[in-house]
Amino acid sequence: MHTVIKPRRGLAQLNLAEVWQARELLGFLAWRDITVRYKQTSIGVLWAFIRPFLTMVIFSVVFGRIAKLPSDGVPYAVLTFTALLPWQFFATAFAEAANAVVGNGYMITKIYFPRLILPLASIAVGIVDFLVSFVILVFMMIGYRMVPTWRVLALPLFFALCLLFTIGLGLWTSSLYVKYRDMRHLIPFITQFGMYVSPVAFSSSIVPAKWRFLYSLNPMVVVIDGFRWSLLGTTQLYVPGVVAGTVTSIVLLVTGVYYFKQTERVFADVM
Amino acid sequence: MSDVIIAEGVSKSYRLGEQTTAYNLLRERIVQAFKTPFARQQPANEFWALKDVSFTVGSAEVVGLIGKNGAGKSTLLKILSRITEPAEGRIDLHGKVSSLLEVGIGFHPELSGRENVYLNGAILGMSRREIRRKFDEIVDFAEISKFLDTPVKRYSSGMYVRLAFAVAAHLEPDILIVDEVLAVGDSAFQQKCLGKMRDIRSEGRTVIVVSHNMSTVSSLCQRVIWLADGKVKAAGDAQAIIRQYLSEGVKNDFVWTPRHGILSAFEYHSVSIESGSAADGGEGFPANAPIDVVFDISIHDKFPAGRIEMRLQTDSGDLLLTSTSADGTVQVNHEWKRGRQQFRCRIPADFLMPGRYFITITEPYGSHDIVRENVLTFSVTEEGSLSARDQRGGKIAPRLQWTLTGAG
Repeated sequence: MHTVIKPRRGLAQLNLAEVWQARELLGFLAWRDITVRYKQTSIGVLWAFIRPFLTMVIFSVVFGRIAKLPSDGVPYAVLTFTALLPWQFFATAFAEAANAVVGNGYMITKIYFPRLILPLASIAVGIVDFLVSFVILVFMMIGYRMVPTWRVLALPLFFALCLLFTIGLGLWTSSLYVKYRDMRHLIPFITQFGMYVSPVAFSSSIVPAKWRFLYSLNPMVVVIDGFRWSLLGTTQLYVPGVVAGTVTSIVLLVTGVYYFKQTERVFADVM
Repeated sequence: MSDVIIAEGVSKSYRLGEQTTAYNLLRERIVQAFKTPFARQQPANEFWALKDVSFTVGSAEVVGLIGKNGAGKSTLLKILSRITEPAEGRIDLHGKVSSLLEVGIGFHPELSGRENVYLNGAILGMSRREIRRKFDEIVDFAEISKFLDTPVKRYSSGMYVRLAFAVAAHLEPDILIVDEVLAVGDSAFQQKCLGKMRDIRSEGRTVIVVSHNMSTVSSLCQRVIWLADGKVKAAGDAQAIIRQYLSEGVKNDFVWTPRHGILSAFEYHSVSIESGSAADGGEGFPANAPIDVVFDISIHDKFPAGRIEMRLQTDSGDLLLTSTSADGTVQVNHEWKRGRQQFRCRIPADFLMPGRYFITITEPYGSHDIVRENVLTFSVTEEGSLSARDQRGGKIAPRLQWTLTGAG
């Protein structure tokens, strides 16, 4: 084995093979985050059930009953929950990923490993919560006697889009966070404010048609509509929007990886 | 003997400007951009932590890296470990490299000993299969088999360190880069660790070790690289260089001023030694005069309650005592006043044995302290010493109070 240490110049080399070689470590870090998350809490992993469930109940009462937002002919609770699924995943995973570099700063200043695996591993926590919430949704749909159509096969694609977007935004934020600690205040803002501008509590059918394309530049709009389309069959898929959201996500991801690789060389110095 | 580490012209600079604030604020950048939209960012004040360092290390060689605080040892170690990049130069490493700047990296207090072994092993670059194969050996070495499934937060500090070291000790790199992590645990365990280091050497691995403990360096290393002000001052036979290093250190370590500028609202102007005796300390201070350590600091801004810690070490690396600026208060920490101020810590007369001493201090930095190792060095002479009078043993030689009470 031969290692060369020298200053990197120009555009960063991605060296993704190195990340692949460190996949075991990625697994261990993900497992650590998942295990630690619910240790020392008295009801443990039940929290993963309670949080989305309570949010759904509150949304149903506030927006469904009191504000009487239209629900496209499905029970409002289900309409909200299908959106909460990807949204909660995004909110959790994004917050974890954004904090992954700064939160593990003591490791970065003490040992070398491919830094990219930190935000990647932290997303695993969100995936576990997502799977738990998914079980709730299955029970809800059984309860309301709703049978999904063949469209449910497209669900993994929309989840993949959600994952791409989360990773892309997470990479940008986690590396910016190292230099600009302002991010600490911006991250909760993104997850809170984002929920109101994304169609979580309402159906995107209330958005005027002329704004539809612009609105779809937010990939979470595409993801949430996609979830509703494949699970409930209510929302019509707006294809130009799907393309717009996907392009946004891919651009974010590619630039995010490059920005991360470009800044990682100074992580240990500014930490 | 072929060279396995070849370093050529390695340099590393830090921008002092970047370190004056602990981190950049987005606002500053934006304001800057509006104020001077067309000006490039001003070149900040550069500080060269390493300048044009070249050396080679042969296969199966154990090389010590010595030098005072701020000489560039840690920076070189971080570059060799790939934690940070050099600004210039190139290093070629032939073989599998493991670096240990700290043991127990990634240990999580909530996880059990068993879980932490796997986690830490993976962070150190071992594969799952490799860890499983060595697991029993690691547990035996750490002597914690009974507590394997207990969360490590319930471990005593000794157990924690033993487990952390045990994982590190079972790495099988071709090149091992170690910081002074070896001086951990009780003395029995330290001996075990040193034994392990000798094993590593006899197994034909190459080791670079950084240490302030010259007896460790001279017993482990054949060759020493001495860094001073970011440059290689001397390199060669361990015994000869250590002798040279120690004799130089004697005279001029009574005053320490930080090199890195202000890190936070807490600033050290200097830490210095003053003696109650007339001696200038060049040859050492008499044992029967008090020695004051003076901390000259400024608090620029509101700063969380804290304390300055002073650790006194003997030249064999033993920690003799720790004293803190909050010792006079009920709380562990004390409140800081704003502005410039001095703390004075008096080591009483008739207290230390004759010999050389090193002072390590801490720099309060929000929730965690920065440790500044061996910032001061001084000697105590036999003049007026109780131990010189009757050759008594012991680690300290205080004049205790004796009274004759039952006379008659």
